[in-house]
Amino acid sequence: MIAAAGAILRKDLRLELRTKESVPAMTLFTLTVYVLFHFGLDRDSLDGELAAGVLWVTLLLAAVIGVSRLFAAEREQGGIDGLLLAPVDRTALFVAKAAALFLFLAAVEVVAVPAFGLLLLGPELGGALPELIAVLALADLGIATVGALVAALAAETNARELIVPLLLLPLMVPVLIASAQATEPLLRQDQGPEDLARWLGVLTLYDVVFVLLSVAVFDYLLED
Amino acid sequence: MEPAIELEGLGRRYGERLALAGVTVSLPPGATLAVLGANGAGKTTLLRVLAALLRPHAGRARVLGAELPRERWKVPGRVGYLGHDPLLYRELSARENLKYHARLHGVDSDRVRRVLGAVGMEHRADEPLRELSRGMVQRLAVARAVLHDPPLLLLDEPRAHLDPAAADRLEPLIGRASGRTRVLVSHDVEGALAEADFALGLKAGRQVFAGIVEATAARELYR
Repeated sequence: MIAAAGAILRKDLRLELRTKESVPAMTLFTLTVYVLFHFGLDRDSLDGELAAGVLWVTLLLAAVIGVSRLFAAEREQGGIDGLLLAPVDRTALFVAKAAALFLFLAAVEVVAVPAFGLLLLGPELGGALPELIAVLALADLGIATVGALVAALAAETNARELIVPLLLLPLMVPVLIASAQATEPLLRQDQGPEDLARWLGVLTLYDVVFVLLSVAVFDYLLED
Repeated sequence: MEPAIELEGLGRRYGERLALAGVTVSLPPGATLAVLGANGAGKTTLLRVLAALLRPHAGRARVLGAELPRERWKVPGRVGYLGHDPLLYRELSARENLKYHARLHGVDSDRVRRVLGAVGMEHRADEPLRELSRGMVQRLAVARAVLHDPPLLLLDEPRAHLDPAAADRLEPLIGRASGRTRVLVSHDVEGALAEADFALGLKAGRQVFAGIVEATAARELYR
């Protein structure tokens, strides 16, 4: 299973490097939204709750783009049939797709978070960076897990552009709440990891529940 | 000897529409079955059921000893499926595509090199598929289908887009000389009957004949 997941992941990363269909679009979207907030809010800088909300809502909306494209090559070039014809546990596909989405989100955030700091954020990010990376990693794991599940569900439907946001965003509400709550103290003028452990715990619990749930149901999503 | 394929009253629907009904046929190992019929007769659906890509909705289907759909998991890795779609990625090179499938099937990379040579594509193996002609992609699709040396081949118009030289070159891989059990879908009635041991005729999803048939009778399917 690990070898097959590795092969699928390598193939997905290679395709993304060649086609540049997901990460550049997600990054450009994020930067555009931050610029729109910069002008739309008509404020010199943001901090605290508002900053956390803007950061996370934008990242979640960018994730919708990545999730919508996650099975594009499989759908358009028969990759799912190719996989079903091989003696491979279908969970390998889930693991590979979730890992690919996780890496796409991380790549977007490498650009998007500093850009957010530059365009919108009042306080300096530097001091809170280790805590922020921990929140981002746990949130990305949750988004990637649920995103891979939703992408597989929508892959064979005609209205996938509608289904992905309609299914994904409600499922992302717990991630949004926990991530924003964990990030808010880190983005205040008087920075401090207030309640960080509690919200990281919530994110970890969400990740564990959805990883287990996804592994349990993913097989059935690929049935005809 | 147990038949490689044994179907009894096989049926399959798409929603309310009946795509296959009452298909009954038995194929011994090493034999070739030609599946004939006009467009929409259910030929591709039959191949997909045999490849365990679709569930049968009625009757019995036994493929390589696996009862479908209950033992569906026994089929992947044992059939070589060549459909309309090459199941290859346009942005990857021929070698990358075959290496990817080799990893999924647990096949070593030396086999990739040998199969690329067998289909005559070693000299273009590192170019992305989108830069290759349709015939070359078809050769690679054949390479993909036989990469794991499957005992059963399910071939949907395998010589489509191939020039005569390429078609001859692929004979040892997918022709009678391959020694594999084959299910061959083709609109070339004479050609298919010449290389098949048995024929199955389908019309609007229903079986018209199964067994040994004359070309004249088979051509009636298209009227």
